Amino acid sequence: MKLINKVLTGVALTAMTATAAQASTLEDVRAADELKCIVTTGLAGFAAPDANGRWEGFDADFCRAVAAAVLGDGDKVQFVPTTGKTRFTMLNSGEGDILFRNTTETLSRDADLKLSFLPVNFYDGQGFMVPAALGVTSASQLDGASVCIQTGTTTELNLADYFRANGMSYEPVPIETNEEGFTNYVAGRCDVYTTDASGLASTRAKFDDPTQHVVLPEIISKEPLGGAVRHGDDQWFDIGKWVVNALINAEEMGITQANAMNLAANVGNNPGINRLVGSEGNMGEMLGLDAKWAARAIAQGGNYGEIYERNVGPNTPLEIARGLNALWNQGGVLYAAPIR
Amino acid sequence: MSTPTSNTNPLLRAWYNKEARSIIVQIIAAALIISFFAYVINNAVVNLTAIGKDIDFGFLWQNASYDINQHLIEYSSTSNHFTAMIVGLINTLLVAGAGIMLATILGFILGVMRLSNNWLTQKIAYVYIEYIRNVPVLLHILLLHGLIVSSLPRPKGSFNFGDVFFLNNRGFQLPSPDFQSLFWIVGAFVIAGIAFAWWFGHHAQKVQDETGKAYPVAMINIAAIVLLPLVVYFVLGSPIEWDVPALKGFNFKGGMVIRPEFIALWLALSFYTAAFIGEIVRAGIVAINHGQTEAAQALGISNSRTLKLVVIPQALRVIIPPLTSQYLNLAKNSSLALAIGYMDIVATIGGISLNQTGREMECMLIVMAIYLAISLLISSVMNWYNNRMQLVER
Repeated sequence: MKLINKVLTGVALTAMTATAAQASTLEDVRAADELKCIVTTGLAGFAAPDANGRWEGFDADFCRAVAAAVLGDGDKVQFVPTTGKTRFTMLNSGEGDILFRNTTETLSRDADLKLSFLPVNFYDGQGFMVPAALGVTSASQLDGASVCIQTGTTTELNLADYFRANGMSYEPVPIETNEEGFTNYVAGRCDVYTTDASGLASTRAKFDDPTQHVVLPEIISKEPLGGAVRHGDDQWFDIGKWVVNALINAEEMGITQANAMNLAANVGNNPGINRLVGSEGNMGEMLGLDAKWAARAIAQGGNYGEIYERNVGPNTPLEIARGLNALWNQGGVLYAAPIR
Repeated sequence: MSTPTSNTNPLLRAWYNKEARSIIVQIIAAALIISFFAYVINNAVVNLTAIGKDIDFGFLWQNASYDINQHLIEYSSTSNHFTAMIVGLINTLLVAGAGIMLATILGFILGVMRLSNNWLTQKIAYVYIEYIRNVPVLLHILLLHGLIVSSLPRPKGSFNFGDVFFLNNRGFQLPSPDFQSLFWIVGAFVIAGIAFAWWFGHHAQKVQDETGKAYPVAMINIAAIVLLPLVVYFVLGSPIEWDVPALKGFNFKGGMVIRPEFIALWLALSFYTAAFIGEIVRAGIVAINHGQTEAAQALGISNSRTLKLVVIPQALRVIIPPLTSQYLNLAKNSSLALAIGYMDIVATIGGISLNQTGREMECMLIVMAIYLAISLLISSVMNWYNNRMQLVER
């Protein structure tokens, strides 16, 4: 009868998983008191464990902001490292609640992979990096080169399109992770490493002498990177969407990591700020959260600008200028919907 | 012993009957297993429907949009996912087939070395087998790939073998044949030669059985298959043009290339499986009673003929069944190709196609079905060979 017991337990467990998947994500996250956030296996500046094993980076900070808004504590995040290939399966199968993994928003991912994309939090484009010694100055000189690409990314498709459109040949060298790409590139298995320009900056910063490697001027694609959640849970989608919007709006309104909780404690003169930090109105309630959700998210890692400057900005090893990622009124395209 | 008469309940009576009980237990077990799988499959379908996903293989005819570096058939990013799958399948079969061949050769050599009377030879084989088979094959693959990529020179500093062959960390570059129009005649001669050799082998055997007269079969057959076509080849004025690789820009252009990923995977799988085959071969040879060898020697049969006619045919009966499972292991282990980016069936349809289309269920079903088919094919070939080798009782 032992076997039968095992079978019955198995059936019961499967049944439980099935029901769990139907409960709301917000309830699941609250019940677990932990946010399972899908990130990359390691891309310095975006999400990578530091010397003490704490995940740091742009994407990691967005994970913490969501956890702070939902659970009240930005450290209640379980980071789920994934490769480019496993990320969507992990999200769709419920191994993660939300995804922040330098992921490009595309139609097929939205409609066919059944993801809902949060507002874009990083405008990027695919670029090429080559050793300076090769003397290459433009991507149009790359005919016949061996190119390292991460499989399961939009990069792979852009690359095929770019070389075909320009009538050039190349040898694709498929790799799984950024780390593996770095190793193959250093060993000279490939002449060129291609990925999003932000990823190239991150990889380049890891070299002993970054000046030995150049990022070519061509950007061959649009890569709007953003978070994502599963289809079918609008409330959870709204929470993710408005946390991102709140962080961008916070920069615009001058709400920072330092002053967010103070602003939330007192009703100020600016109704926009009051609504955002929850000293006025019931914005949090509409989302199924409490009034101080956004204030906590901002107090966790700062507003969008602070997160950017700390992880990838000009004063970090990545040295990525704000560019398109500046606010709309400062020459960029970040334009978040108002919180009202 | 009779069943207790107090049990009038027919079900209970059936339970006390050994045969009936075994049938009942089997029915219950089968019902449980079937309902378990039915439940799981139903659950998967319901859950997929809940998030708006159906099971549909139509995606196979959509554009794949990605490139594959090693394709033995025509393939480009405008081909469809089905073609990508075939490319991956061919790559899997290529590395599995080449691996099985090399592993068998190495394995037989190792097995014989293990039984050698020479102390050094025996110990080398012993150390090799114990080291290789006690380290996971994935590590061998990664190590070999790392060695090739990191220690061989880059294309500009390639090892140059007479300006025809080149070795670098992008692989082994060699000339590719470009068959001219008259080449079919040479091909026809080769095929005719093989047919002749087959007939002649049988004929010579028959003559020897009847009259005891032995022809030099091997020599004549080699002449028929190799020499004659070679003569025809030169008479026709060498109807093959060789496309020799040449360094141009970043890489070699022209010719063929055997990529580091293939070399690493092929060698690692072969070395690893050879260690197991070596032990199987040793066991097979040891299993043959030494009296057989002595009897053959007593009849004045030479050592090499003793091995060929007495020991090996009997040892093969012991060797073939475990050898089959090693071949199956090798074929399945080839899926570790993923780790170094060799574009096999798992990397193409089960990897990139899966990821670009989001059809996890369909792609995994395809990959599983293909591996199952490959394994069953290997098994049936080996079973056929095994049956041929079985002791024929007269």
